[in-house]
Order: sequence, then C-alpha cells, then structure tokens
Amino acid sequence: MSKFKKKSKASQDIPTSALPDIIFMLLFFFMTTTTMRTDDIKVQQRFPQASQLSKIEKKSLVSYIYVGAPKETDRFGTEPVIQINDVFAEPEDLILYVAKEKDKLPDYERDQINMAMKVDKEAKMGIVTDVQEALKEANALKVLYTSLQKTDKMP
Amino acid sequence: MARGNRSTPEINSGSMADIAFLLLIFFLVTTTIASDKGVSLRLPPKADPNAPQDEIKKNDRNIFKVLVNSSDRVLVNGEPLTDLDQIRPMVKDFVMNYGRDPKMSDNPKEAVVSFKADRGTSYATYIGILDNLKGAYNEIYAANVGITLDRYLSLDRKKPAEKKMYEDSRIGPDGEKIPMNISIAEPTKTGGN
Repeated sequence: MSKFKKKSKASQDIPTSALPDIIFMLLFFFMTTTTMRTDDIKVQQRFPQASQLSKIEKKSLVSYIYVGAPKETDRFGTEPVIQINDVFAEPEDLILYVAKEKDKLPDYERDQINMAMKVDKEAKMGIVTDVQEALKEANALKVLYTSLQKTDKMP
Repeated sequence: MARGNRSTPEINSGSMADIAFLLLIFFLVTTTIASDKGVSLRLPPKADPNAPQDEIKKNDRNIFKVLVNSSDRVLVNGEPLTDLDQIRPMVKDFVMNYGRDPKMSDNPKEAVVSFKADRGTSYATYIGILDNLKGAYNEIYAANVGITLDRYLSLDRKKPAEKKMYEDSRIGPDGEKIPMNISIAEPTKTGGN
C-alpha cells in the first residue's frame, strides 16, 4: 500500500498560472468587438442578399451611411430616412459629411474613400438616388452596397 | 471510505493556455469574417454643367438596356422579363459577342450595360439586378482564367499569385481588356419616394 501513499501528497490548489492568459483573451476579445460598432443605429437594417460580394480592403477608407425606416416609428414616422453618425440627415448634409470624412484621411488616400451604403431592403430607390446624387456632388464615387451572402436561390 | 480520499482529483491545467488561445483565435477569425461585405460599384462622375453636352456616338447595338419601373417590372432591351436570373446569360452573350450577332455588341470594350431604375423601384430589386449584372461579368472573368466563379470571388489580391490571376482574368480571348461597363443611369421620377 505504500506505493499509493505517495500520490496523496499532491497539492489540491487549482493552478492559476493560466489565469492571465484567460484575462488577456477576454480583453482582446472585447477590444476587437467594441471597436466594430461605433454608431448607434436608429434605422432598420435588414440587408438584401447578393452573391457577387467584395470585401472592404481597408477599413480606414470606409465611411458609413445608413438608410432605412426609423426604428421608433411613433416618433419619426415610417418613411425611410438617412442616418449619418448618430443623427438623421438630409441628402444635402452628406456633402459636408463626406468632406469631413475625407479630411480624416491622409492626402494620398482621399480619392479612394469608400462609402458603405447600409440600406434596408424595404427602402425605395428614390432615397438611395438622392444619396448617390449627393455623393457624386461630393466626389465620393466608390460605393459599396452592404449585402448578405446569398445562401440559396430565393423564390 | 479512507481509500477514496487518497486519490486527489486534479484538473489537468497544462493545456489551459492552449484552449485559451484556441478560443482567442476562434473569436478573432469569426469577427473579421462578419465584417462588411457588399456589392461594390463606381458611380459615374458628376456631369459638368459648363461642358458642352457632347452627342453620344454609341452604336445602338453596343448598349444593353435594363429598365425597371416603380412596380419592379423589368424590361431588357425592350422585352419584359420576369426571371431576374435570366439576365446573367443574356449579358454574357451580349458582351462576348465579338460582332457575330448583329444585334449584340461589337466587342467587350465597346459594350455598355445600362441600368436604369425608377425612384419607386424597391432597393431589393435594384440590388438583385445589379448583382446579376456583376455576376455576368465575373463569370466572364472567371472563364478567362479557367476557374470557377466561386474560386474567382475568393481570390485574395494580397497574394501575388492570386493578384496576377485576377489581373489576367481581365484579358479576353483576343488579348484585349474587358472593362466592366455597368452604367447606372439617373432614375426617372414617375414613382413615389
């Protein structure tokens, strides 16, 4: 039986040497996820499906424009509206917004600014066109219609 | 039960760090995949009001017209179309015609796909058609380098070999470049907002 007695000497503590790793992991996880969403989106965002998608190559070049029906329909109505940053906007405001976004970029990248249009699929082309005309005016010609990957053929 | 107390239950924690890193990498990968994807497009530049409106000298055969009205009905070259997926082979035939059919384009360089929507057109239809137009061109590009469409779409331009393949895909069978001429016309104003 003496052979087995040796075993009982093992300490019962839970080793905590891996704890910092776990904490760092959590830290990194939250760091990466919290930087993703900066704007408080006040409009509905259900994206259409498409198959020919391209990725955004450089995140810093991208500015977002949200279009959709307001979430608070009793306060803002049901007509689709444009949201930039945290406020509702008119198409004319976009010109100033694009100019500000361009100012944030270094000189050599200003022409490459990419406008990601996050448009709800229930919206009509009228408002989208207004946005596009404003973007042409502001000389931000690269647009990206945010959409989801098409999974199967929809009827 | 003295015997039961003797064997101390210990959780094997040697691989804890591995599990932690595994989770970290998992979350890192999934969060970047969920990043924004979409249909990219280059808008036509703003027309200069001072510049003289030069007469458009495009031959009619070189323009593939897609019209959508406010009730999402589609006209392709004057013919009504119900199945949106049919546009794709039509655009492919139109672009890669090389003057064979007198009703279709002279060559891919001249070919223009003109897409005009109405203010009342739903955004979902707009994206659906735009997706098919881009899909037709992407299928042509993929065929140029002999890969499938899925493979073409997953090409990573950061890798030199795949970047070269991407650039090669633009060259048509006659050695000329095939530009993606999708023109978004300004919508008509008959429909509602």
